[in-house]
Amino acid sequence: MDPSLFLIQALNAVQYGLLLFLVASGLTLIFGVMGVINIAHGSFYMMGAYLAFSLAAFTGNLLTTVVVGLVLTALIGGLLEWALFSHLYRRNHLQQVLLTYGLILIFESLRSSFIGDEVHSVPVPAWLDFSVPLGSVMTYPAYRLFMSAVCLLVALGMYLLIHRTRLGSQIRAGASNRDMVQVLGINIDWVYRLVFALGVALAAFAGMINSPVTAVAPGMGAQMLIVSFVVVIVGGIGSVWGALVASQLVAFADTFGKVFVPDYAGMAIYLVMAIVLVWRPEGLFKS
Amino acid sequence: MFSISFRHMPARITSALAFTVLASGAIAQTSQPVKVGLMLPTSGTFAELGKTVANGFKLYVSENGGKLAGRTVQYVELDDESDPSKASENANKLVKRDRVDVLVGTIHSGVAMTMARVARDTNTLMIVPNAGAAEITGSMCAPNVFRSSFSNWQPGYASGLLAARKHKTAVTISWKYAAGDESVRGFREGFEKGGGRVIKDLNLPFPNVEFQPLLTELATIKPEAAYVFVAGAGQVKFVRDYAAAGLKNSIPLYGAFITEGTLAAQGDAASGLQTALHYADGLKNPKNEAFIASYRKVFNATPDVFAVQGYDAAQLFAAGLNAVKGDTKKKAEMIKAMENAKLESPRGPLSFSKSHNPIQDMYVRVAMGNKNVMTDVIVKALADPSPDCKN
Repeated sequence: MDPSLFLIQALNAVQYGLLLFLVASGLTLIFGVMGVINIAHGSFYMMGAYLAFSLAAFTGNLLTTVVVGLVLTALIGGLLEWALFSHLYRRNHLQQVLLTYGLILIFESLRSSFIGDEVHSVPVPAWLDFSVPLGSVMTYPAYRLFMSAVCLLVALGMYLLIHRTRLGSQIRAGASNRDMVQVLGINIDWVYRLVFALGVALAAFAGMINSPVTAVAPGMGAQMLIVSFVVVIVGGIGSVWGALVASQLVAFADTFGKVFVPDYAGMAIYLVMAIVLVWRPEGLFKS
Repeated sequence: MFSISFRHMPARITSALAFTVLASGAIAQTSQPVKVGLMLPTSGTFAELGKTVANGFKLYVSENGGKLAGRTVQYVELDDESDPSKASENANKLVKRDRVDVLVGTIHSGVAMTMARVARDTNTLMIVPNAGAAEITGSMCAPNVFRSSFSNWQPGYASGLLAARKHKTAVTISWKYAAGDESVRGFREGFEKGGGRVIKDLNLPFPNVEFQPLLTELATIKPEAAYVFVAGAGQVKFVRDYAAAGLKNSIPLYGAFITEGTLAAQGDAASGLQTALHYADGLKNPKNEAFIASYRKVFNATPDVFAVQGYDAAQLFAAGLNAVKGDTKKKAEMIKAMENAKLESPRGPLSFSKSHNPIQDMYVRVAMGNKNVMTDVIVKALADPSPDCKN
């Protein structure tokens, strides 16, 4: 493989990895802070994409869509936390899996009855609808580069939120000892509700900004969910930094797996997961 | 008035039943509804296709007054969820509990193969209205199993012939699973038959839609043409990624189903793409024009290839049923009539090969707006050679 081709493939991997991070970060946050296994996370990703599709007709531009979508999904997240998840923190993981599996079925049925089962797409915003030449034959869509930049900003924002703000220290404290935080006079219920809403909004955000370069279709959340869990487990449950590193690792395994060993590419990311777990059973970065 | 007639009814029904039972078993059977088991997905990824196939089937029956060969049609419908692990149980339910006269299904090849196994073991008549797996009319072929759609090889082969009209080298891209492999094999045979050479097969795991690494590879190999086989949401993403990567003009893309049912979502990225398939939108023939009008009236939508396949499944079943005047006990005669059926399908003339797979014309279509418009016929009366069928 000549160097320029290698660089393009590396760019493909970085770009895919950043998107994976965006989806997985919400999952690892909810998992790490509240100990909830939320397998409905993929449904929130799907919800974001469908919101982008439905809102695009009204708003006509991506920015408004994203803002409205974020508010809506954060509200939905907060509401779900209050009505359902808040009762599950002290229950075992099996019950959490059952509840969230039920949610997947409900969201899929709602999607089917309100929007239908067809495959849809969302147009790329006009100001980003161009491609950058890359080599002699190929071009690279500007929107993908834009997405990568946005994902990096989100990663930075999350780092600042968790490590540089008062709320961040409450979140970290809540993750390690819920009761102690309460004793200190902090309303942990609201901290949890906020974190859950944030996690849901992050998944939906990923669905929204990815919608112009993917298909908006039934079952789109399921595939994302599996890769996200791989990322979370490889990175270390609850670690946002771990999710960032792991998403790159997984994306590189996926991309170069397809290039070098196409017949076994499906195994590549799971092989990475197996190796990491043998070496570090708690993931790369234990939170 | 009403109370009187109601009071008398049970007695009349009982005597009528007693009479028919005494008279003849055959009469009793043919006066009862004929049971059609529709095992199709109504939820999940293939829900839309499942509903369309069912619509097509029901349209033919309702055009005939809800009856086939004089017998009222009764549907037993079941959502197969496109889940192979539930397929055996579901198919057995329809065959053993509901005692359906014909099993119709399905979209997903894995589910359809399990259904075919159940049909073969219980000697139940079965018609596959979509799933293209080679085995169904190949190594697993059976006298009582028919297909009204296509085998994956057929559209692949036709696409190969089409690409070979203008190009000498090609690269294929497909999901690494049975349908992808079979379609690519068909393409290679057709392309080589037309004098071309496939220089590389690229593939990615099903149903992964991260196509970018493969597009990068394709761009460096620089073949004259490319052939793709992915399905559903993958179709939309692939075609848009292909255009965004700037490959649409430099390496012409061919496919069979790649623009089928997804043109609205693919938009400009699909415009001008050439495909080969056994149907085209608004195909010009009297039967198709009548079919489209009738479908629009009932469902308020425009039918596609999946509706045609469902419609023809019903036509094929009717051909068998008419030959025995509705007496499903005469299975051998029914099968004989279905094997020899010459159907007038909205897709054009339709008959069946020894392996019970359609023999059909394959059309060249070009994507224009929301339609795959037919430009010409690439090959007439194409039959899958089905070398593995030992019927």
